[in-house]
Amino acid sequence: VRLIVNGEFCETAAASVEDLVREQGADPARVAVVRNGELLPRGERAAAALRDGDRIELLTFATGG
Amino acid sequence: LQLEADVSASPTDGDPLVLGGQAFDSRLLLGTGKFADADTMVRAVRAAGARIVTVALRRFDRDRPRDSLVEPLRAMPGVTLMPNTSGARTAAEAVRAARIARELCGSRFVKVEIHPNPRHLMPDPIETYEACRTLAADGFAVMPYIPADPVLAKRLEEVGCVSVMPLGSAIGSGQGLATYELLRLIVRDSRVPVIVDAGLRSPSQAAAALEMGCAAVLVNTAVAVAADPPAMAAAFALAVRAGRDAFRAGLMTVGEASATSPLTAFLAEPPP
Repeated sequence: VRLIVNGEFCETAAASVEDLVREQGADPARVAVVRNGELLPRGERAAAALRDGDRIELLTFATGG
Repeated sequence: LQLEADVSASPTDGDPLVLGGQAFDSRLLLGTGKFADADTMVRAVRAAGARIVTVALRRFDRDRPRDSLVEPLRAMPGVTLMPNTSGARTAAEAVRAARIARELCGSRFVKVEIHPNPRHLMPDPIETYEACRTLAADGFAVMPYIPADPVLAKRLEEVGCVSVMPLGSAIGSGQGLATYELLRLIVRDSRVPVIVDAGLRSPSQAAAALEMGCAAVLVNTAVAVAADPPAMAAAFALAVRAGRDAFRAGLMTVGEASATSPLTAFLAEPPP
């Protein structure tokens, strides 16, 4: 499937959002996933299939005030 | 180093900062931005005796999959991460950021900050109010960063915020307690802890905030860009403690001259 991940084009064979998270090199416990503008709860990632055109945001903590 | 041990041994002496029913053993909150490296930051957090440190959200960077700065904070015992909503320009964005942050850390605490204008970074009171109302109803322990406005502070308390965080002066400006008189009004009327957030440059300003009855201060730039951040953090910790102790001891009222020594005229010649 063809996706936009964090603003960049991405073609992947990942079967689920959870697989995509791992494919991107992220620690699943350390990222939150927003799919098409909606937060996808951690527990639903493994069952969430990817569709062409999905916009995926992977977010994490950074330092800040 | 002795300084660090003294402050963190018993930082609040049975007088904890209570936020949303949870007690924290320090009245100095530390922001984690602008530090040169992780080691300096961790030593500063330790020297501050901080129990709450703020973190921000950003996109995951696949070129740097392990954030070298946040992980050491997670590993610090007794330190709670408080996510902020920095970057949000509207209530809807802040609500979304808060929910993302809760997913990441499981904490109900969130510092709502919505400052759409990058030139002055002043919080948007209308969007902030809307976001706080939504998030408090959703079970968050909401701590809004706000202009020093007593009316807004009260309204936010009424919608269930566990604290209000008025600014002393603009973020990162080091202009101190420019809002002093307004902070005084907020403190006088608030039933939730008032935490001065932003603008503090020196420990004496932090002490002044605590002396007037603010419950805590949040400091970032003043520590992070100091020549010796851990030493500055320790200095802030002492000042916060001194300010709180002075507040509890009860400051005298400002008035007219009043002699502290007897004015009997024992040096004058007795009248004939």
